[in-house]
Amino acid sequence: MKKKFFALPYIVWMILFTVMPLILVLVYAFFNTTPSGDVIFTTEYLASAFSPESLSVLWRSLGYALITTVLCLLIAYPAALLLSRLKPRTASILSLLFILPMWMNFLLRTYAWRALLDLNGPINQLLGLLGIPAQQMLYTEGAVIFGLVYNFLPFMLLPIYSVFTKMNTSYIEAAEDLGANKRQVLFRVILPLTRPGIITGITMVFMPAVSTFIISRLLGGAHYMMFGDLLENQFMLLKDWNTGSALALIMMILLIISMALMRKYDKDSTEGGTRLW
Amino acid sequence: MVRLKRFFKRFYLAILLFFLYLPILMLMVYSFNGGKTMAKWTGFSLNWYVELFKDPVIMEALGVTLSIALLSSLIAVVVGTLAAIGINEYKKWPKTLTINLTYVPMMNADIVTGISLLLLFIFMRIPRGYGTLLIAHTAFNIPYVIFSVLPKLRQMDPNLYEAALDMGATPSYAVRKVLIPELMPGIMTGFIMAFTMSFDDFVISFFSTQGLVNNLSTYIYSMARVGINPKINALSTIMFVCIITLLIVTNVQANRHSKKQQKQQRI
Repeated sequence: MKKKFFALPYIVWMILFTVMPLILVLVYAFFNTTPSGDVIFTTEYLASAFSPESLSVLWRSLGYALITTVLCLLIAYPAALLLSRLKPRTASILSLLFILPMWMNFLLRTYAWRALLDLNGPINQLLGLLGIPAQQMLYTEGAVIFGLVYNFLPFMLLPIYSVFTKMNTSYIEAAEDLGANKRQVLFRVILPLTRPGIITGITMVFMPAVSTFIISRLLGGAHYMMFGDLLENQFMLLKDWNTGSALALIMMILLIISMALMRKYDKDSTEGGTRLW
Repeated sequence: MVRLKRFFKRFYLAILLFFLYLPILMLMVYSFNGGKTMAKWTGFSLNWYVELFKDPVIMEALGVTLSIALLSSLIAVVVGTLAAIGINEYKKWPKTLTINLTYVPMMNADIVTGISLLLLFIFMRIPRGYGTLLIAHTAFNIPYVIFSVLPKLRQMDPNLYEAALDMGATPSYAVRKVLIPELMPGIMTGFIMAFTMSFDDFVISFFSTQGLVNNLSTYIYSMARVGINPKINALSTIMFVCIITLLIVTNVQANRHSKKQQKQQRI
């Protein structure tokens, strides 16, 4: 038997459980069965997926995801830099410490934040000791974004850190020897060299953040619904497969757009690496 | 000045880690709370740890989580390794197509993967339950195995397998004795990744079972609206401590191993 045929079980599996489901999303989004049993093409579901209500949820999700991605990048980048400068042994232990929380169910961690941010929770009690009046932190937009940043931070940190560890530090030394100041070294050498890590980090944070659900509900209450919550409602509560599929289609198109954008920037960065000289 | 800067550098990572672990600490501390909520500390108690093992629903959910993680990653290892060996032999365009399609479940938003699988199960009238949960987990696990085995295949000398055949090994013997041992590190990485992904997953489990079978994460979700039972905190504490212990043990072993090697090299 040729080695080629070894992939056969997987090819069958892939067609059944990767390709078919995606085709079904399209079918459910565009076709309707009439009571008499005829299957007809319709754009009615797509129209309801693009209703003003769901569009406002979509814009909000995109906004939250954007803020989350920027915050994660601003927090994680210096952390990755610091981590990579430590002794290898300390760095490997610390980077493990950043991964470890992911082994605790994220729902539970988010739920614990509810208790921590509560009006009578430990943080407000601490503020009270300092003479600061209790703040309403839970059920605010800030809480939702905090929860998202908390959840996605490791996904930004790890790819950037791994690029830092592989980076050839003699480039930095060379730049310094040639008289570059610290700012120039950061913006002209370190940043371009770590671009692949940044790009991976952004893809691992932005799209998952757009489609999250529950985090917004647990920390923001009912007011700050995100696109993932909308999808969940459509499928689990209303059991409207068709409109739900049309919404999922929007999600898929967004993913394709963002991946195309990322690929373009990724290409630029490899070219940028040669442009350095 | 230098000292201040160094202090700040350490301090920054420490603050981040503090925030990362704050909720976990909170959960662990309150698993020893006598009372039922995280709002009030009523005194130390091991009550929830005792109650935990008497709760049939939690024990069943734990069983589902562990057995699905184990089964789905085992199936993924077998199907995925074979697939990687096959795909590696493909010509240019079938190879690109298959690899790109394999990326889909990894890149797609979990919620879309979950929903599309749910649509398939509805369309094919497969009743939601343990079976659909297993299919869904295997589906998102296989790509992790394929992408950990493929690089190992590329690194490997292709003549090794051919040589075994020339020396009279049957293809299946050559695969078992030559190919698989060479690929073992990749297969192990794939297995560990698949197990972790399955263990952690909530979104895809939630949609592929429609809440008809619960693993731990969907069970936690069903409780989140009414309030999480401290028994779950106790269980998470136990699991978290287990994982830390496991990590320390493997780390220490790896350390010993590398030290031994260094010594041997010196001799």
